[in-house]
Amino acid sequence: MNIIICVKQVPDTSEVRIDPVTNNLVRDGVKSIVNPFDMYAIEEGLRLKEKFGGKVTVLTMGPPQAEAALREAISLGCDEAVLVSDRAFAGSDTLATSYTLSKAIEKIKDYDLIICGKQAIDGDTAQVGPGIAATLDIPQINYVRKVEEIKDQTITAERVTEEGYEVIQSTLPCLLTVVKEINNPRLPSLKGKMKAKSAVIQVWSAADIAAAEDRIGLKGSPTWVLNIFTPPPKPRGKIFEGEAQNSVNQLVESLKGIIH
Amino acid sequence: MIDYLLTEEQIMIRDLARQITDEKIRPVAAEYDRTEKFPWGIMKDIAQADLFGVYIEEKYGGLGGGILELCLATEEFSKGCAGIAICYSASALGTYPIILAGNEEQKKKYLPSIAKGEKLAAFGLTEPAAGSDASALQTTAEKKGDHYVLNGLKHFITNGGDADIYTVIAMTDKSRGARGASLFVVEKGTPGFTFGKKEDKMGIRASSTCELVFNNCKIPAENLLGREGMGFISAMRTFDMSRPGIGAQAVGIAQGALDEAIKFAKQRKQFDKPISSFQGIQWMLADMATQTEAARALVYASAREVGAGVKDVGVHSAMAKMYASDVAMKVTTDAVQICGGYGYMKEYPVEKYMRDAKITQIYEGTNQIQRNIIGMGLIRESSK
Repeated sequence: MNIIICVKQVPDTSEVRIDPVTNNLVRDGVKSIVNPFDMYAIEEGLRLKEKFGGKVTVLTMGPPQAEAALREAISLGCDEAVLVSDRAFAGSDTLATSYTLSKAIEKIKDYDLIICGKQAIDGDTAQVGPGIAATLDIPQINYVRKVEEIKDQTITAERVTEEGYEVIQSTLPCLLTVVKEINNPRLPSLKGKMKAKSAVIQVWSAADIAAAEDRIGLKGSPTWVLNIFTPPPKPRGKIFEGEAQNSVNQLVESLKGIIH
Repeated sequence: MIDYLLTEEQIMIRDLARQITDEKIRPVAAEYDRTEKFPWGIMKDIAQADLFGVYIEEKYGGLGGGILELCLATEEFSKGCAGIAICYSASALGTYPIILAGNEEQKKKYLPSIAKGEKLAAFGLTEPAAGSDASALQTTAEKKGDHYVLNGLKHFITNGGDADIYTVIAMTDKSRGARGASLFVVEKGTPGFTFGKKEDKMGIRASSTCELVFNNCKIPAENLLGREGMGFISAMRTFDMSRPGIGAQAVGIAQGALDEAIKFAKQRKQFDKPISSFQGIQWMLADMATQTEAARALVYASAREVGAGVKDVGVHSAMAKMYASDVAMKVTTDAVQICGGYGYMKEYPVEKYMRDAKITQIYEGTNQIQRNIIGMGLIRESSK
């Protein structure tokens, strides 16, 4: 079974600074890491490979330094790595990114499963995984917390919803996005780190993946970011203490205040 | 920290050990200290990271490094928990006799599973009546045909009960004193080999310290390491190799305590100022940092010397063990002092460093024995 894992290199901070003029992420001076949700995708890919055989290819789109994220994936046990990198990709929104990664996946060929983290911690859109599946026109299962079974080119997985979970069955090839409940990612090994140091990372340009010019970078990005801000924290609920009758009266009074 | 011009591979080992320490060891250190459970989960993490084999030759499944590589990993683990670190490095102590005195067949049989971390090793020397005087051993090994029969009791054995492979010293000829001692490999599960009392310790509580009981324990003759009568010499050579590792453990403990003391001193406000702004605190921190760095430099230099196969490393490795452990005791005591009442409470991690530090002055030869080794070495050297 051949698996492709899509990862993103992100700044190592939960409080990303935003350039007030361009509304883009300010990356200078911030250490880069593999998006934490993608670590669960890598772990799941490696576990499935250990169970079913095949190979795991890790894929990312980004500037040349995103290579470090791919080397980290190799140190964990991924077999091959592809970096899609070209100045023409600059300014890509989630639609253009989904398209670009899909073109790279078409070039990799021969895959049974694509696994992505549920979202990246910098943009938090959760759109690229589903976007890839849509572009490639393959089925997708999102927010997967457990892969139950893979048999006869069919996958069964548990998908987390707000109310509980759903069990979904799909044919392969299929795309999964995974949540952190799915596994406990491993640490790298020394042999893996040595392998990663000397591993050859394939770098593909827009021409290499035959990407249509009007579907990549700024041109292929219909999204315009007007403003980025941190949503106000959810206020804490109010607790009415004391005797039940009293508390209920207080609650009713307070609700009346809101309604009127 | 001084740049010790480590190789790329050594830096990888250090960083990986640091990652395991930060992500796996630190969050559970207090829990293991309280419960005294053996940290199997973390041993598995270390095994998966290939770190059990750093000092074992490549042809036996290791990474082909030496004592310095072992020290780098031990130091990092000790910053998080010296008890967990000693489970790791005591396995190396139990393995050295096989590396030093074992034949090809024995190495092929035992080293690969130790290098992979599938099996832990332990070294069985100390007995109730034989501590610093290692020649007063009572455990006997009597040769009967194609096997030996072991009888006796070992105590204070680190990894006892949890290790699978034990290198044990026993008397094959009591009339010859130290020259009548021999080394054997005894595997867990051998009939007649059981475990006695498990000790309740002041520090390094994540590690197990246990009695080994031999009651007509029959082992194949091929389990003899080296020749009969060479056991004591092999044991002393083993300690020459392993002492820098205890030094590294002590450096890790000292550094861990120093880091906590600095963090605390910056946060703690008295007289409207962080206490780190007071010269009295700064001077203490400066001494602690300088002593820790000096200990590290001595430990690394000694580890490099041992690893390079230099002859007569005993004096320098004794210096490294003795100095680093004395520093660890002093630095951890001062760290508790800087943290004041908070430092004394179990809720904070500093008092554990102080409890853990004490053993490094005692085991693998008390610091008084180390001074004997150094003193004797000086006199021998000057008489040449």
